[in-house]
Amino acid sequence: MPQQNMLASNHAARGAHAQAVGTASGLPRRAGVGLKPEHFREVLEQLPDLGFFEIHAENYMVDGGPFHHYLERIRTHYALSLHGVGLSIGGEAPLDEAHLDRLAALISRYEPAEFSEHLAWSSHGENFLNDLLPLPYTQQTLVRVCAHIDRVQDRLGRRMLLENPASYVEFEASTFDEAEFIGEVVRRTGCGLLLDVNNVYVSCTNHGRDAVAFINQLPLQAVAQIHLAGFHRDQDAAGATLLIDSHGAPVDAQVWDLYRHTLSRSGPLPTLIEWDNDVPALTVLLQEAARAEQCMTQASTCQPASLELFA
Amino acid sequence: MSALQQSDFTAALFDPALPCPAGLRAWNGSDPAARFAVYRNNVVSGLIDALADTFPVVQALVGEEFFRAIASVFVRARPPQSKLLAFYGDELPAFIQAFEPARSVPYLADVARLELARVQAYHAMDAAPIDADCMQAALSKTERLPRLRLTLHPSARVVESSHALVSLWAAHQSDAAVNLSAVDTGRPEQALVLRQGLDVVVVPLGPGATRFCAALLDGTPLGAAAGLALQEEARFDLSATLVALLNHDAVCAIDFDCEA
Repeated sequence: MPQQNMLASNHAARGAHAQAVGTASGLPRRAGVGLKPEHFREVLEQLPDLGFFEIHAENYMVDGGPFHHYLERIRTHYALSLHGVGLSIGGEAPLDEAHLDRLAALISRYEPAEFSEHLAWSSHGENFLNDLLPLPYTQQTLVRVCAHIDRVQDRLGRRMLLENPASYVEFEASTFDEAEFIGEVVRRTGCGLLLDVNNVYVSCTNHGRDAVAFINQLPLQAVAQIHLAGFHRDQDAAGATLLIDSHGAPVDAQVWDLYRHTLSRSGPLPTLIEWDNDVPALTVLLQEAARAEQCMTQASTCQPASLELFA
Repeated sequence: MSALQQSDFTAALFDPALPCPAGLRAWNGSDPAARFAVYRNNVVSGLIDALADTFPVVQALVGEEFFRAIASVFVRARPPQSKLLAFYGDELPAFIQAFEPARSVPYLADVARLELARVQAYHAMDAAPIDADCMQAALSKTERLPRLRLTLHPSARVVESSHALVSLWAAHQSDAAVNLSAVDTGRPEQALVLRQGLDVVVVPLGPGATRFCAALLDGTPLGAAAGLALQEEARFDLSATLVALLNHDAVCAIDFDCEA
């Protein structure tokens, strides 16, 4: 099973801090799926042909039991992507150092190829809100987000990936657009990008933006992983389409198109199929993963755009 | 966003009576309150779903609608303080106990305690159990017997109720050997909950054995623990209880207590 480093050097972080925090790159340019407890046994029995598994860090911050039992065994066969949901990088308060310590312990135990977190906040005061909440894009929030990412990268001793959010509201206070803000964070911190193509599609639909233009505006050379997921449809107060990032459905046709567009510019990238709610049979996840790999194969035979980008 | 704004945002997430936070906008000029409602719903229903995962039998006993009603009151009153959602709801049993509309189901809080104990046991620290030979050797020196200290598995915990919580719980399992309609809910029941291998097991115990296990968990030496068990129940059978503990891989260490 693939554990070798298949990432090319053009994915290394290029920012000012890149040297200080090092570059952690190791996910193969293949498709992976989220590791779910209901699939533990099946995964070990079948060892499906996949590039990697992803886990949510907070689920494994427990002392012992089946989660660690299975992850230890599955980890010997697959590369691992560690994805956090609790760090609250977009939060106003300083980062939770105890939580960073728990992340550092998990990283040292399981040696994931990548660690990623969100451009969002999920805690306030004493409370954990269990959701990825939006922030305005201003000079003030830019400085704070960068300080938080610097702290994460210093504490963990590695580059982290920042994921673009799915959001439902915007802020009157914002002075940057989202792609600009993300580009500036990457430039200042040297973090990599986790490009969630579904989030791009959801947010661009929800905020009347052009998704292709948004992708083209991002620093694609910093993207080290892609997420694909499903959404469901709702409406806002004016009856306009409002897409909800549900992680509970197959990847939409429009998102596959946007993914192919992204690959045509970036070349193949490690790609996660995210399906966290109403988790289907493992075979359904594997079919979605196979489809992502087909897109990658097509993209790698279609060189001109990639050459243009990396020339 | 100022400090005030993130705190307004948080307050409005949990209190539907509060207005949508100021400073939000939508590209098409529509009322941002409808969009903010998505966050409100995500946060509250996500936390209710987490509780439903931990307390499936509580939900089955009162029905989904009533469960989600209790849970939504709980979520707003006690949002999680930990980023580890696995143990969210450790205050739910006490909350149910004090929740007036749930009074008609007097055993509900105890069933919640059992389900919480199962989740805690599932994620508890790993430890290797001792085998029968090791136990035999430790028990063979009878003069030392009273001062032996048995360490139970880190996942082990005792659950007690003045209701038939073990039968009520068992009747809701897929391999149920107990028929719900045949359960005498007024009969007191107790159990030892622990992880055996990778599976969490619920071992029904008599009152004496329950007192014995609780004493061992407190660090009480064997002799004193057996004494407490006999006070609780004259029929308490020490050797049968030790065999049961051994059969469930519940004992991880036996030490001789020189201080006692």
